[in-house]
Amino acid sequence: MIGENRIEKKFEQLEERNKAGLVTFLTAGDPDPNTAQEILNGLPAAGADIIELGMPFSDPMADGPAIQLANLRSLANGMTLQKTLDQVATFRTLDNETPIVLMGYYNPIHYYGTQRFIDAAIEAGVDGLIIVDLPPEEDEELCHPSMTAGLNWIRLATPTANDERLAKILKNSSGFVYYVSITGITGTHSAQHSDTNEAVARIRKQTDLPIAVGFGIKTVDHVASTAAVADAAVVGSALINTIEEGLTAQLPKSEIVKNLHTFVAELAKGTARDR
Amino acid sequence: MNTSDQSSAPESYRSGPDEGGHFGIFGGRFVAETLMPLILEVEEAYNRYKDDPEFRSELNYFSNDYVGRPSPLYLAQRLTDELGGAKIYFKRDELNHTGAHKINNTLGQILLARRMGKKRIIAETGAGQHGVATATVCALFNLPCVVYMGAKDIERQAPNVFRMKLLGAEIVPVTSGTATLKDAMNDALRDWVTNVDDTFYIIGTAAGPHPYPKMVRDFQSIIGIEARAQLLEKENRLPDTIVACIGGGSNAIGLFHPFLDDPGVNIIGVEAAGHGVESGQHAASLNGGKPGVLHGNRTFLLQDGDGQIIDAHSISAGLDYPGIGPEHSWLHDIGRVEYVSVTDDEALEGFQLCCRTEGIIPALEPAHALAHVTKIAPGMHKEQIIIMNLCGRGDKDVFTVAKALGVEI
Ligand SMILES: Cc1ncc(COP(=O)(O)O)c(C=O)c1O
Repeated sequence: MIGENRIEKKFEQLEERNKAGLVTFLTAGDPDPNTAQEILNGLPAAGADIIELGMPFSDPMADGPAIQLANLRSLANGMTLQKTLDQVATFRTLDNETPIVLMGYYNPIHYYGTQRFIDAAIEAGVDGLIIVDLPPEEDEELCHPSMTAGLNWIRLATPTANDERLAKILKNSSGFVYYVSITGITGTHSAQHSDTNEAVARIRKQTDLPIAVGFGIKTVDHVASTAAVADAAVVGSALINTIEEGLTAQLPKSEIVKNLHTFVAELAKGTARDR
Repeated sequence: MNTSDQSSAPESYRSGPDEGGHFGIFGGRFVAETLMPLILEVEEAYNRYKDDPEFRSELNYFSNDYVGRPSPLYLAQRLTDELGGAKIYFKRDELNHTGAHKINNTLGQILLARRMGKKRIIAETGAGQHGVATATVCALFNLPCVVYMGAKDIERQAPNVFRMKLLGAEIVPVTSGTATLKDAMNDALRDWVTNVDDTFYIIGTAAGPHPYPKMVRDFQSIIGIEARAQLLEKENRLPDTIVACIGGGSNAIGLFHPFLDDPGVNIIGVEAAGHGVESGQHAASLNGGKPGVLHGNRTFLLQDGDGQIIDAHSISAGLDYPGIGPEHSWLHDIGRVEYVSVTDDEALEGFQLCCRTEGIIPALEPAHALAHVTKIAPGMHKEQIIIMNLCGRGDKDVFTVAKALGVEI
């Protein structure tokens, strides 16, 4: 399975179909491992082009309240890094095309063992990694060995990066670039459309990699306006909010799964460029 | 302990960190990309000003006339007699304005923040001592101050919460995660990534991403520099042993650093063992944790088998942190400093002993250091000398201690 680049292929397909990609972010194991596996398995059919799975961590420093709670729910229900990898492996028995990117914080990987983790991730069918607290300054930790092993290393580009910093961010990036459209944590405010346009244009000058935009994208309209300038739109907290709402309303788990997939399908409508 | 026969011993123990902020494998800059430009900006500013004569003279002026430095090095004669062994000196940083060593650091950092043109200060606090020290310098320099504090800590440190409010700070109760110091630090970091343009984050201990561990150490090193000179003046010799308590490690590294290259000086850091390291309810990152990455640095952390951070426990809110500054992890790793631990009960005994024999109510944090002194002093010769960092006074802790002793006040 190594050598085949699902991410590259996916963006080629999207281009052929003249649409942007919908990237869904969910915390692995949220609200509980079984429900999460069902949610995961149904994401491609619902309209997700690329799947980001958050590896639960007790101290998600870059995340807002929605994702913080998702992390705690997942951990409280016994989720672990190993189980996250197992869920990817299970998903891969059903779908060998949709890229899966693991996103999270370094410590659980550090504890698991970096090389052991890289091998297990590749074995499970993971395509790339986004590790929030590993900036270019710490590339020797996980970035270099991951790229050597064939995993994509996807970095966050931010509004705080000037052109010089951007070059540093892009240097060891592969797969795609994830532009974080606001300064701040996940699930809070949304960016000004004009700012995002400008930033995407600035990044394009320095790279041929596809650009995904995320943080603050909550509705099909946000997806549509993002699709007009970027190669993909990332939706996270808004999806997680539907899980939380379902839990609060004490809906049966099957209903929560269904509502989530319905919302993904709705968001996916925003990705067409020739509407 | 003898480090001189270690073939791998570095030429100096005082030359770290390297350019990337590493002490051996510890330290570093493990932060979100949004923060990287800021951290680099803080580093550049710190390097520019740390030896700048004007910066130094301003820092000295406020240290002396506002904080009350130098703090005395005091021979605790009655305690010495009671224990019947080594001579015990207290480095009396509890006499500083605001009652702890924390202000040495907040003063340095706010002077830097002012030079960087920052308009808003944020801080995290556990016991509230760092929060008070930050709110104090913010009042002094007329800058708005937001302090993140775990909801649980707000409950057990009510007097400090009110103090901070009197000083004009806004207190944000932190309910995320486990609602304690580590979560307060998470929320302060979340504030910082949201307000990158105008805000300076005054971290309260010698931890966090580079350059904080180095910067905080440098500002706290005044403790060890003074103590060294004062003892030479009084006794014409260096101490045999120096002892300090460890939360994140700022008062300890402040005392230790100027002595690291004196091979004859035995250095001991005292962690909080809570109900006992084997009980799982403790704050002893070195004695009961494993290396990991949190809050911007690689260091020893309390964590479970999945790399999830475990909540610390100590009767002292100021030691109740699941990590430790990276320089201590390195000093532990190479064996230059010995790290021991002291339980809640032992600290409570040390606390009362200090009150009774010296007429000094210590903070529960240095009461841990004192408890260890009571273990080692009797076995030492009468000519030998111990310096213990009495880094905070105990007014803030009287309610906690009363409760632990079953007294209603
Ligand atoms: C009096 C006192 N000592 C020690 C500490 C622990 O911090 P550190 O290890 O950074 O000195 C605190 C923290 O609040 C404190 O208030």
